[in-house]
Amino acid sequence: MAETAVLQKLPLDALWRAGSLRSSGAKKFGAFAGYDMPLEFEGLMAEHTWTRTHAGLFDVSHMGPCFVRARGASSHEAVATQMEKLVAADVAGLKPGQVRYAVLLNESGGALDDLMIARPADDALAGTLHVVVNAGCKLQDWALMARVFGADAELIRADNRALLALQGPRAGETMAALVPETAAMTFMTLRRFMHAQFGEMFITRSGYTGEDGFEILVDAAHAEAFAQALMAHEAVKPIGLGARDSLRLEAGLCLYGHDLDETTSPIEADLAWTIQKRRRLAADFPGADRILRELKEGPARKRVGIRPKERAPAREGVEIFSGDRKVGVVTSGGFSPMLSAPISMGYVDAAFAKPGTEIALNVRGQMRTAEIVALPFIPHRYVK
Amino acid sequence: MTTKFTKDHEWVRVDGDVATVGVTPYAAEQLGDVVYVELPEKGRSFAQGADMAVVESAKAASDVYAPISGEVVDVNDALTGAPETVNESADDKGWFVKVKVANAAELDALMDEAAYADYVKGLD
Repeated sequence: MAETAVLQKLPLDALWRAGSLRSSGAKKFGAFAGYDMPLEFEGLMAEHTWTRTHAGLFDVSHMGPCFVRARGASSHEAVATQMEKLVAADVAGLKPGQVRYAVLLNESGGALDDLMIARPADDALAGTLHVVVNAGCKLQDWALMARVFGADAELIRADNRALLALQGPRAGETMAALVPETAAMTFMTLRRFMHAQFGEMFITRSGYTGEDGFEILVDAAHAEAFAQALMAHEAVKPIGLGARDSLRLEAGLCLYGHDLDETTSPIEADLAWTIQKRRRLAADFPGADRILRELKEGPARKRVGIRPKERAPAREGVEIFSGDRKVGVVTSGGFSPMLSAPISMGYVDAAFAKPGTEIALNVRGQMRTAEIVALPFIPHRYVK
Repeated sequence: MTTKFTKDHEWVRVDGDVATVGVTPYAAEQLGDVVYVELPEKGRSFAQGADMAVVESAKAASDVYAPISGEVVDVNDALTGAPETVNESADDKGWFVKVKVANAAELDALMDEAAYADYVKGLD
């Protein structure tokens, strides 16, 4: 039976179409994870560069923000125990107001999704976690969480809210103009605000571009006023999903379904840093056998950065060779506006993963030379 | 000189027995920022409709098809260093190749400027 492909609309759909003070409206929309998303406003390159030099406003309401709340006992330990059944991150060890990036694991240690997990600082929210999962995975993730948590924790979807991201070197000053207390926040922290104009807001200093910035969960009813207030600042322009992808690629960050999937472990994906010491010692997470073995012995393949030496981009699916031997495959690739050169990420056999290793990329039947490089392609500029 | 257009948004401008080929401004706009153009070697021959070149935007790679059959007699090397020329001047400086026309009758099946304008209008 054919599925009916009715795309969902973002809460701010009308704003992105109609345009605003900083934009004449998105010129391209497209389907992504079941949502009708603005792909481009003034053009991918211009938007990308604007974000790296000013501040870009992204509508990421298609993603899956939610809350996980322990039932009965309203303690952080209680809810952390539930969440740790699905991830290898140290959730119990989160300080009040701290955010961690984690990988949702299957029983073989493969990635079901990547996500952000935050512990609110408010006493009133003790026993609650603020979690954001990927758009394309959210229904499966939430079903899995509900099943695994059972009667011990409940999952509360934030469906009535918009999730916006403000990213770039001028994000700090523009956000502080509206919510002054955000100026004191450091990278990977969460604060909840009751704002006179915009209501309840969960703001994390985080993002997925490699720049300083914030992700803001705000009631859908106040989202337009909030977005307009941000765009009243001359440094802020709306940015489409196209530039979001090129920004995260330059920052060397994984896109689930491309650079991470059910077969890849966090160790292969060079995400060992997401597994804190307490969990390694306890070995109590899904797929711990494989993950700890790979930590000790090294994985068979590794995620790497790739710089083609010529100008042809090498995109997802391009095979990687050393001589006649196939040693890997590209999982994300495109063009870096900041380097004015093609960049890719992919997986290669561990023996070929060292930066400086020369490889060949089979682009449309032509072998093109390239080099393994360290990630990220562009240094991160987080406010630590 | 006449200019004809394909449904895949290539243009072909015939001057004597040589035809210049490029992609239309509509195609360039749809592609977005062009970051790479892969051109065929001089001397290669293509049948009408065959993959002749590749144009890549920041987002994706797209094939460019030969609007008519013929041998490539010149390529626009300037696009290698400045692929953005395709966005800036798709119907002039952003030309891809010149081909020696093998069969002028093939041009009859292509759209003229007015027909192409109608065709594009129907796509939006």
